[in-house]
Amino acid sequence: MTYTSDEMMAVEASRRLTNGNICFVGIGLPSVAANLARRTHAPGCVLVYESGTIGAKPTRLPLSIGDGELAETADSVVSVPEMFAYWLQGGRIDVGFLGAAQIDRHGNLNSTVIGDYASPDVRLPGGGGAPEIASSAKNVFVMLRQTPRAFVERLDFTTSRGDRVRVVVTDLGILEPGDGELTLTRVHPDVRIDDVRAATGWELAVAADVGETSPPTDDELTALRSLEAA
Amino acid sequence: MAITPLQEAVASLIQDGDVVAFEGFTHLIPHAAAHEAMRQEKRDLTLVRMTPDVIYDQMIGMGCARKLIFSWGGNPGVGSLHRLRDAVENAWPRPLELEEHSHAGMAAAYAAGAANLPFAVLRGYRGTDLPPPASVTCPFTGEELAAVRAHRPDVGIIHAQRADRGGNVQLWGIVGVQKETVLASARSLVTVEEIVDELDPRPGAIVLPSWVIDAVAVAPGGARPSYAHGYYDRDNDFYVAWDTISRDRDTFTEWMQQHVLGATTA
Repeated sequence: MTYTSDEMMAVEASRRLTNGNICFVGIGLPSVAANLARRTHAPGCVLVYESGTIGAKPTRLPLSIGDGELAETADSVVSVPEMFAYWLQGGRIDVGFLGAAQIDRHGNLNSTVIGDYASPDVRLPGGGGAPEIASSAKNVFVMLRQTPRAFVERLDFTTSRGDRVRVVVTDLGILEPGDGELTLTRVHPDVRIDDVRAATGWELAVAADVGETSPPTDDELTALRSLEAA
Repeated sequence: MAITPLQEAVASLIQDGDVVAFEGFTHLIPHAAAHEAMRQEKRDLTLVRMTPDVIYDQMIGMGCARKLIFSWGGNPGVGSLHRLRDAVENAWPRPLELEEHSHAGMAAAYAAGAANLPFAVLRGYRGTDLPPPASVTCPFTGEELAAVRAHRPDVGIIHAQRADRGGNVQLWGIVGVQKETVLASARSLVTVEEIVDELDPRPGAIVLPSWVIDAVAVAPGGARPSYAHGYYDRDNDFYVAWDTISRDRDTFTEWMQQHVLGATTA
């Protein structure tokens, strides 16, 4: 089956989740990846949404983090103060999934503002749960499309810090921390290392032996498309 | 507490210049109450909310707000709030002061307000450029922790599924920070889908006794296009449509005139 680069990104991110992972999920690409993992190799992956739903098992992709179906299918629904205090700060989250508008070579993220904070070029929605997800989840996975505007030498604003970022999954490949900065370790099929370099706003560190990710299987694509079509 | 018409409750509880929290975390967002506040042309409000979405976008665009205290200002699952952006980027229709937090900080600040404490303590705001609220040292371990001033709004406004005739309120599903908002605020208004004779138990429900609420107003469909668990679903199509309606100043103003300002309260 043919597939898009976004589908490749979602599938590869989903493969990083394992059965039994307790996963704090934001809306958008992370929610797609986490729900796909539950539909394929990791049915025991526990989805936690910041709206207070623990163990949500949605049958279709929610548009917002507070859709009714998340509450209806959850093992437990808690208040928002409890979610952040007992469950996230309490150290009970294995994987926090984040997206952003900008990332730097250390995995620090910006989802707040482009330009100057006081008189911004673009005011973005802001951090939401990200600052504490980044500092309280044991592992942080980042998903974002790789472009020179997003992968920048210097963030306009640091919304969350990058010291727990274990992997960055993009539409071009995989970056992992190594030697003090994010390093390209794998490229997706048909992507050249130079393509990834060109899409990065800093001089990208590249592993000595860059591998290639496996293309999505028919099963993965079928599960992904049925999730998005539902 | 008294069961009060919405128009009267909004007129008596919200004064120009007040700090007002219309809370609701995706679910049970008090649209009807916010629309009434806009019809009454409330001004100079400091609006508090974790996730200002369509109602604050509308209130900001209608010039009701001088300041926004928040942690995530987007249209969930869709993108930006264009009226919020226009106010921040271009000061239209008036400048908007921002006080920005993380979700964890906002939630803790409401909980501290509900507990009548002056501030909340959390392990947060580390390594971010968000204005660091303050820090405190743990007297037992020496750990440095973030301190956030408690939220004590003048008025807290939420929507719930139902109340009984005595004004006791019951809500269930995603309950967000609604209980904390009512308890942290000096005055409170709860709009409900319906009044019932008896609040039979529901799994996970919260009951707020009438004596912590200043006014209960009946507003069927009062959360739309948000949802009320057990009553109606979220109108996801409207949230998508809002992106187009709100993008342009004239389209926005015309829509508001037609659907909010020209409408009468239930």
